[in-house]
Amino acid sequence: MSDPECQDALHQLYGYLDGELTDERREAIHRHLDGCQPCAEPYDFEAELRLVIRRKCQEQVPDSLMAKVRAALASEQASSPDDTAR
Amino acid sequence: MADQATFADQAMDLMPSLYAAALRMTRNPADAEDLVQETYLRAYRGFGGFQQGTNLKAWLYRILTNTYINSYRAKKRRPDETELDEVEDLYLYRRIGGLEAAMAGRSAEDELLERFTDHEVKQAIEALPENFRMAVLLADVEGFSYKEIADILDIPIGTVMSRLHRGRKALQKQLYEFAVERNLAAPLPDDAHV
Repeated sequence: MSDPECQDALHQLYGYLDGELTDERREAIHRHLDGCQPCAEPYDFEAELRLVIRRKCQEQVPDSLMAKVRAALASEQASSPDDTAR
Repeated sequence: MADQATFADQAMDLMPSLYAAALRMTRNPADAEDLVQETYLRAYRGFGGFQQGTNLKAWLYRILTNTYINSYRAKKRRPDETELDEVEDLYLYRRIGGLEAAMAGRSAEDELLERFTDHEVKQAIEALPENFRMAVLLADVEGFSYKEIADILDIPIGTVMSRLHRGRKALQKQLYEFAVERNLAAPLPDDAHV
């Protein structure tokens, strides 16, 4: 991983995973990773970690909250006469 | 220009992710519920100003974030930018990834990441100082772009990137500490085996 191309690939890891690179940069990194296992490994690891974090942070909305918000919006609608032309 | 009548249809589906973000921000279910409710009310009132066809989710997150900052944030004078240690890049990979690759190949590594509990991952995010927590939450959990995060938090893109860079490393360090506590990983790379 001391090759300049490898240095560059690692430097751009988050830009790549975040979808912030140009198509051209993205393509170049993709090609590099195809031929460079030592760089592909941290990429795969970080991508997997991202998925794990995203999945494990999901929350179930309590029914009571959903009901409260619907009620609040309904009373808001009732209390303020709708002045947009309907 | 958007009609308030269409608000419920479009916005209610986004509640699970807004509620999850509210929980990570407030770290407290009661406050998170209040924050979400307040956000929907404000959004409803301001929906006329929302440009249809632009990103509703980002718009709601901006309201959520502003409401949080104005009303719920702990009464610290200012969020501190400097309260994170220096952590090396690829912190977790260098401790867990290499180990796994040497032992049993890729599927085992994925399995190891899977062993973190939901609670640990949530805790690791909630432990981040606020500025970093918001950036990491918006990028890694919600998948917003740097530009969207900059707009939501009202900060320059360069600041988004530096907060993400440092926040992610701190998050990885915390996850590693959980892994060590539960004997999923060796305490230190140097003294794993004598």
